[in-house]
Amino acid sequence: MKHTLSILVENKPGVLARVAGLFSRRGYNIESLAVNTTESPNISRITLVVDGDEKVLEQITKQLYKLIVVLKVNDYTDTPVVERELALIRVNSDSNTRRAIIDLVEIFRASIVDVSEKDLVIEVTGDSEKIDAFIKNLEPYGIKEMVRTGKIVMARGMRLNNK
Amino acid sequence: MEMTVAQAIVRFLEEEGVKIVFGYPGGAVITFYDALYNSSIKHVLVRHEQGAAHAADGYARASGKLGVCIATSGPGATNLVTGLATAFMDSSPVLAITGQVRTSALGKDSFQEADTTGITMPITKHNYLVKNPEEVLRVFKEAIFIATTGRKGPVLIDIPADIFAAKINYQYPKDVNLPGFKPTFEPHPLQIKKAVNLIKESKRPVIFAGGGIIASEASEELIKFAEKINAPVVTSLMGKGAIPEDHPLYCGFIGMHGAAYANFTINKSDLIIAIGVRFSDRSTGKIDTFAPEAKIIHIDIDPAEIGENTTPDVPIVGDAKITLQRLYNEVDPKENPEWWKQINEWKEKYPLRYRRKENVIQPQYVIEKIYEITKGEAIIVTEVGQNQMWAAQYYKVKKPRQFITSGGLGTMGFGLPAAIGAKLARPNDIVIDIAGDGSIQMNIQELATAVTEKLPIKIFILNNSCLGMVRQWQELFYNKRYACTLFDFHPDFVKLAEAYSAYGRRVEKVEEVESAIEWALEKNDAPVIIDFMVEREENVFPMVPAGGSIDKMMID
Ligand SMILES: Cc1ncc(C[n+]2csc(CCOP(=O)(O)OP(=O)(O)O)c2C)c(N)n1
Repeated sequence: MKHTLSILVENKPGVLARVAGLFSRRGYNIESLAVNTTESPNISRITLVVDGDEKVLEQITKQLYKLIVVLKVNDYTDTPVVERELALIRVNSDSNTRRAIIDLVEIFRASIVDVSEKDLVIEVTGDSEKIDAFIKNLEPYGIKEMVRTGKIVMARGMRLNNK
Repeated sequence: MEMTVAQAIVRFLEEEGVKIVFGYPGGAVITFYDALYNSSIKHVLVRHEQGAAHAADGYARASGKLGVCIATSGPGATNLVTGLATAFMDSSPVLAITGQVRTSALGKDSFQEADTTGITMPITKHNYLVKNPEEVLRVFKEAIFIATTGRKGPVLIDIPADIFAAKINYQYPKDVNLPGFKPTFEPHPLQIKKAVNLIKESKRPVIFAGGGIIASEASEELIKFAEKINAPVVTSLMGKGAIPEDHPLYCGFIGMHGAAYANFTINKSDLIIAIGVRFSDRSTGKIDTFAPEAKIIHIDIDPAEIGENTTPDVPIVGDAKITLQRLYNEVDPKENPEWWKQINEWKEKYPLRYRRKENVIQPQYVIEKIYEITKGEAIIVTEVGQNQMWAAQYYKVKKPRQFITSGGLGTMGFGLPAAIGAKLARPNDIVIDIAGDGSIQMNIQELATAVTEKLPIKIFILNNSCLGMVRQWQELFYNKRYACTLFDFHPDFVKLAEAYSAYGRRVEKVEEVESAIEWALEKNDAPVIIDFMVEREENVFPMVPAGGSIDKMMID
């Protein structure tokens, strides 16, 4: 089962290496990772997706808490969240296919951020499923290049106070 | 007062009560050594940085205080690695101070540069690279706090050469503010209640005590609690000394080479009260068949230890000492007569024993004699291998911090430097390094350190001319194909001792064993090596083959 962990850490050099090192050392695979600062400049948030059952997750969480730089670990898996990922996709496109792709872009509320004779670069945000679906729809045209960020999440409604 | 960072560190360490440090100088730490020159802190010059780390570790284990080691950048720092990993696995509070290349040279593959914090990240509790002189004292304060609080462990501080030389105003940092480090000492009352109920219901309880008892100085509380519920106490290897081994409730140490009755006791119990242990594979054998009928109460200061290898019925996060006090206050006295009848049968039927042979020196016999002659009062430090297991089996220790061994990492070469640290921590105690002929050669150079410091430690080599423990596995599981485990050549250990200005003696006859030990104990001004020529093919029994169930032992 996939779990989305949101980890608050001190914003210091080497922190990501500590967290990532812990995962690799113990044989847990990180499937997606996003890191940046938060509203407080001393604190960063690492959002990551990892696969594992409850026991594995419990152990990962405890091991994370052993790192002095880790302040808070939240498992957002069972919490209602707003979830976003961003992708940039360069897709083949000529005058024949352009109209169809623009329609798709509109349906998915994506946007075209660059245009050339042979291709378009499209930006899309949303949850992973939406991005997967969008990619699927673009595939027939030929995707030339694609980058996806890691997933970021935020709890809906009031702030989380579990654990 | 303005001073260099190096001077400030020395002053800070003095204020923290550090009396002794172990180290080896070099370019990147030369300013620091200059500051140490006029300090009240004693610096012990080892002959290899690995020795410094083990000596600091041995000092910490013998005294319960922080052990400090120092190395220069690059090769000096990398030489600490095995020692830090050893301290990490056994939760020993060690502070390592390493020099680093100048900040302007960092990250350029400069001369003697190594990514010390990167290399030591997985083998330290925490580490720091200090780039700002103003933060040095805060970092030191935090580092010592982290190393010695909660589950103890090594912390490393890497300091660039120019930072050592920078000027700061000394101000003793009083407070530590570590929002991400808040160990839980006080056990949850509800969990204590649950534990008390399980204890009440149990018919065959056993207490499984580990190194955590020794680290938290909880031995007295353990004994009181065990006596109140009349439960047998088994230990892990690291828990040796948690309860005096002549105490009627003591039931041996469990695991791969534990006593048969100890393994039976835990494996047939219906309730394990585990305190400060981590259920390591060497203790439990195959985990699926470990104590199948037992409920488990697992008490540990480190939440991550709970549930790592077993799933306890009652997990309790807390300090061993405090938790044992709480449990003691809540439990009702118990007797468990049926259980004791069974245990005593096992004890009688399967005692720790070995077949006596005539005219050969058997290693078990040597340990027994050391035990008798020192009346169980010596601090026993071990190397790794058969020597370690025989020492654990046949030397019955009385007190915590009396049996010092590399349990988690199993580091050959640990014993001699750790014995140096232990002797400096406790100069009035007899300190003995039980060694193998293989292990002793891994840090033999530290003999020079012991001689320089006039430390009369006793190095008793159980010389079987082979890497005994590996040879034993080859004998039992690899059809006696002794690949690279038999030594054709050894230095003359007696002459080697003499070359170092230590005492040396070889013992080839059984009759000489006792007098040689007595002779060694009389030497008070320098280390002693006794080279006991023991039988090559002696094995350690009982033995649970790796990955086997601990109640299925090869008895002999
Ligand atoms: C640094 C290191 N290298 C290798 C090993 C693997 N090992 C475990 S026991 C052992 C044999 C030790 O031989 P010796 O010191 O002579 O002791 P004995 O078993 O003969 O008592 C070896 C090689 C180890 N534990 N540590």
